[in-house]
Amino acid sequence: MLEIKNLHVKLEEEDKQILKGVNLEVPAGKVHAIMGPNGSGKSTLSYVLSGRDGYEVTEGTATLEGEDLLDLDPEERAALGLFLAFQYPVEIPGVGNMTFLRTAVNAQRKARGQEEMSAAEFLKFVRAKAKELKIDADMLKRPVNVGFSGGEKKRNEILQMAMLEPKMCILDETDSGLDVDAMKLVADGVNALRDEGRAFLVITHYQRLLDHIVPDVVHIMSDGKIIKSGGPDLALEVEKNGYADILAETA
Amino acid sequence: MAALTQKKQDALSARLGGMTMPEGGAWITEARNDAVARLEAMGLPGPRDEYWRFTKPDTLNAAQAPEAAVLDHGSETPVFSAVDRIKIVFVDGVFQPDESSDLSNSGVEIERLADVARADIHWAKDIYGKIETLGQTPVERPHAVLNTAYATDGVVIRVAGKVEKPISLYYRHESATSDAYLHHVVKLEEGAEMTLLENGPAAARFNKVMEVDVGDKARFHHIRAQGRDHERRAYTAMFVRQGAESLFKSFTLTANGRLTRNEAYIELAGPDASAHIAGAALGHGDFHHDDTVFIKHDAENCESRQVFKKVLRKGAVGTFQGKILVERRAQKTDGYQKSQSLLLDDDAVFLAKPELEIYADDVACSHGSTSGAIDEDMLFYLRARGVDKDTAMDLLVLAFVAEAIMEIEDEGYAEEISERLESWLLRRRQD
Ligand SMILES: Nc1ncnc2c1ncn2[C@@H]1O[C@H](COP(=O)(O)OP(=O)(O)O)[C@@H](O)[C@H]1O
Ligand SMILES: [Mg+2]
Repeated sequence: MLEIKNLHVKLEEEDKQILKGVNLEVPAGKVHAIMGPNGSGKSTLSYVLSGRDGYEVTEGTATLEGEDLLDLDPEERAALGLFLAFQYPVEIPGVGNMTFLRTAVNAQRKARGQEEMSAAEFLKFVRAKAKELKIDADMLKRPVNVGFSGGEKKRNEILQMAMLEPKMCILDETDSGLDVDAMKLVADGVNALRDEGRAFLVITHYQRLLDHIVPDVVHIMSDGKIIKSGGPDLALEVEKNGYADILAETA
Repeated sequence: MAALTQKKQDALSARLGGMTMPEGGAWITEARNDAVARLEAMGLPGPRDEYWRFTKPDTLNAAQAPEAAVLDHGSETPVFSAVDRIKIVFVDGVFQPDESSDLSNSGVEIERLADVARADIHWAKDIYGKIETLGQTPVERPHAVLNTAYATDGVVIRVAGKVEKPISLYYRHESATSDAYLHHVVKLEEGAEMTLLENGPAAARFNKVMEVDVGDKARFHHIRAQGRDHERRAYTAMFVRQGAESLFKSFTLTANGRLTRNEAYIELAGPDASAHIAGAALGHGDFHHDDTVFIKHDAENCESRQVFKKVLRKGAVGTFQGKILVERRAQKTDGYQKSQSLLLDDDAVFLAKPELEIYADDVACSHGSTSGAIDEDMLFYLRARGVDKDTAMDLLVLAFVAEAIMEIEDEGYAEEISERLESWLLRRRQD
């Protein structure tokens, strides 16, 4: 599904190399996790894949089902089925959450050659999905993420994911700032979407999310590179001993 | 008062040289002569006058109206076309009886200024030129005085009770050289309520004054769409006096126009009154839009709110001058003022002068003026969800303007205004 080869990325504005040769392949139907210390480049990887400005790819490639992602506009990547659940969801005063969701859903349907949803159809659709994530009508009416608690913002990300039905889902620290119940909701939301045709890349600091969303492979990222990959046990090891041992052994 | 400089005298003589004062009865002749005397004392505005530093008055001062091409509306129907309304039409400042509703049979007291001016006495004498005169302090507004002296027509409305249908003034511009002067007078008796709609380009150069006397507990709603001819010049001024517990709400959408100066003078004269004035201006290219607002709190426990938003691109200029004056007796005043611009490229310019002058001690007043570009993080967030860049930009522009549109109480009008905004943005995509 997602294939990243030798990806090198620097900041556009400064001479600062952030990703220093990332190699990663996430096949359809699988869940991969990326763990790693703060500042190792996890969010940068997710932004570069989704097309945010400010980064310059100096080497390497990234493809989604064989299509080159790096030359596309963010909306084209989304239309191909890439989705990023933001570490810090953006507040947009003046744009209603409902309007936002409908615009996004219909934009992607249009890009994929499907018919746009009618207002009534959409309403039914959003209500059903929102209910599963315990998102109430009030949260749908308010401006996008404005006045939402941390947990509400993260649930709103998962709601968007559930509605857009992407093929490749990247979750950037979706668990941070969530209490146990909220994390359970988010994990259930993700698990409900797991299927043969869909892949996940779950970026997290903590092993606890991976208790609920059990990954197939765990990667450790440090200083712009994946330094170790393994099974779910690797996450447990990190939880117990921190990153020091792994960093030492690969140094 | 200091005598005018020779230069100012010459400019005024040139301006008035080509104008003729309409014939009229005693009451209006008195008001007009008074206006001429006041104008002779103050002269026309100059570029160094305090409230004309951001906006050049020369095309408004010029003896001859600069030409302005007539707009081809294409397939777009005028705003409010579908509204069930009492309609009054002026083409280049000239009343159109055939296109207007039957005023004698509208259920509301609506007359033409040209008609009431022929009488020797009329109730309008207590308002015509009178609230305008109040509005000359502390800052002179010569173009409004010029209007009081020379306006050829307008509507004179008096309402008691609640008027169900909106009264709609529809302007059309058909002559590339028209120079129009209209003066409206509106009086709301105690507890009355009405909605006034205004739309359409009015003339190559348009000078319009509206005086509104909002009685105790009365409610006045005003929704205006100025647009969308590109070359017109317009000077408009609203002079408002509000009684106790009254409400005044005015919203203006401005699209295009070489020069638009919208002035407002609002006096909160009775306690517990509320005045809201809002505007959204959309400018592209050769566009200069100026809001100059003065709100005087002269009674206790009144609230005022100003919300002005300007979307500017390709060299368009937006200016805002807004002042809240709180007199000593106006305790418990709640004054709010916000003026913001969204600059869609590096050529656009926004100039703002927010002012507070407060003599009472128990007041809550705030003002804020900002100028910024589209927020890149918001734009990326929308695009990452699959929304294309143009649509995402439009959504953010509409979001920016939303706070001003929210000042329109009636949802139907608010929606119609939003739609016009959207189509303006859509048309701009081709440029
Ligand atoms: N736009 C930026 N400007 C400056 N530094 C940046 C920017 N984006 C990322 N960085 C730097 O790149 C490194 C990686 O950051 P990030 O990708 O956010 O790490 P992680 O998500 O793993 O905590 C950090 O040192 C961070 O400060
Ligand atoms: Mg991060």
